[in-house]
Amino acid sequence: MEKTSRRKERLDRGVKVRSDTVYAVSSWKEMLFLLAPRGILIIGLLCAPLLVPNLYWQRVICILGVYALLAIGFDFLANFVGLVSLGGALFIGVGGYISGALNHYFGLPPFLTIPIGSIGGAFICTLILLPTLPLRGVYFAIVSFTLPLVADRTICATNVLGGTDGIPGLSMLANTWVNQYSILGMVLLSLFGLRRIVNEDIGVVFRGVKDNDQAIRASGLSVIYYKAVAVFIAALMGCFGGAFLAHLYGWVGVSLLSMDFSVFPLVATVVGGPATLAGPLLGCIILVPISEMLRAFGELRIVIYSLILVFFVLFWSEGVLNWARRKYEQFEHWVEV
Amino acid sequence: MGEILLQVRNVSKSFGGVRAVNNVSFDLHRGEILGIIGPNGSGKTTLLNLITGFVSKDSGKVVFKDKDITRWPAHKIANAGLVRTFQLARPYATLPAFKNLIPPLFSPRSKRSAMGKLGDRDAVAIDLLEDVGFERDAHVPYKLAGSLPLGYLKRLEFARCLAMKPEVICCDEVFSGLSMAEIASMLPLIERLKSDNITLIMIEHRLRELFQVADRTLVMNFGEKIAEGDPREVIKDKNVRRAYLGGEVKL
Repeated sequence: MEKTSRRKERLDRGVKVRSDTVYAVSSWKEMLFLLAPRGILIIGLLCAPLLVPNLYWQRVICILGVYALLAIGFDFLANFVGLVSLGGALFIGVGGYISGALNHYFGLPPFLTIPIGSIGGAFICTLILLPTLPLRGVYFAIVSFTLPLVADRTICATNVLGGTDGIPGLSMLANTWVNQYSILGMVLLSLFGLRRIVNEDIGVVFRGVKDNDQAIRASGLSVIYYKAVAVFIAALMGCFGGAFLAHLYGWVGVSLLSMDFSVFPLVATVVGGPATLAGPLLGCIILVPISEMLRAFGELRIVIYSLILVFFVLFWSEGVLNWARRKYEQFEHWVEV
Repeated sequence: MGEILLQVRNVSKSFGGVRAVNNVSFDLHRGEILGIIGPNGSGKTTLLNLITGFVSKDSGKVVFKDKDITRWPAHKIANAGLVRTFQLARPYATLPAFKNLIPPLFSPRSKRSAMGKLGDRDAVAIDLLEDVGFERDAHVPYKLAGSLPLGYLKRLEFARCLAMKPEVICCDEVFSGLSMAEIASMLPLIERLKSDNITLIMIEHRLRELFQVADRTLVMNFGEKIAEGDPREVIKDKNVRRAYLGGEVKL
């Protein structure tokens, strides 16, 4: 008896989005095909605050936004610039402490401290990470991971900036709606802004830095400068998250420097789908609620994150979004061979 | 011979105890092709790295167009118009071939020239690729650079240099790894660069092909310059024969 085997054949859907520089979308159906995933994401995010049952879950949405900013920044640095950043805690801490201190010691209102904390914090983070930028390899990851631990110990030991107690009694944002929509707006702005940037010419330079930094130097471009610009962009998003958290809690303390902020973005990126920018956001949408439901387990949550990470790395390394995209954009059928 | 474009004076570099380049000096004239030959490990590539700023010099001086570029970083030297190719082609493997030319077209030097002002760098990149021998209508320019065969990668290296509108191109073994047919198709490109008044430094092991195009040759051995002059004369030099060809050889 003859044995037949089958294999899966994949065909791209014939939607031509762009030819040269002209957008060439031919029908409503095709436009809908392209708009649907983006539309669902945007509308879904904007409706989320209205749909969740209570104040507690509205608070979770805010935290989710902060993690999403960090995760999108992580994905950008790691997969488009080639810098593995474990500096989430650094960005959150610097942004949070700057805006908290400005608010507490100088009495500036949040609508001033948050922008100053974001931009000033991003400058400071870029400056202190600058010495690692000429180096290739793991040094950037190590230094960005270590600095918040150093800051944590220093603050506790010297009692500056409130020491172990932190700085309480900061101004809060107007209400929970302002909270949620300001962070969700920032997430969407960052996501679509970065997607634009990586496809522009400067994004090609960033990806060049990742692929081959020597060729970038030979092309008359300073590798350090472009790495610094990329770090600044990611730090800007992270520091905004930190400044936002300060005024969300009305308090800043050493918990802003906790390792969760460094590790969670990595897990979210691996789960959601690396090198997609939207993937890390999806990863956060999946993981943050799970994490909240696991709150009862306390510190054991880290173990569960780790197991999820190991599962995805070993068995599903393309991540959820890359998988979903393949399913969405290609026809699959079995053919006899 | 044209004006002196590049002066290299007493350049040295040691890696640990190894003196990779020892006190090398030479001049480069506008419009010429200078070949650099020598046995493996004689310091040819290191010399090129020193000139283009990819490796810092221990001592010595490099003057390009009356500017002392000795301590300049590599990207600044490239922006001055002194560019290089790499021995092992260095494409951006995950980008399409034509996107590989975006970084040089994005450089300050290109922005200063008319090319940058045109705005659409993609179109300029496609033209440049055609210039160095990519077929325009084929899919080759749109393929990922990582999937291109070596012949195209070598051409891509040239295209990256040309995108900078260079005055000097330092070529590090452009013929290595290519078949005879591919080399034969590269030679006209080099002739054309010369007729475009681009000055070339060519490190090469393929002497027969090099001597077809080179105006002058510099021979290195153990980091030192042992001879310089007309290619046909240089190769007759006794020291050169001993160092490079391992004794008396009939050509």
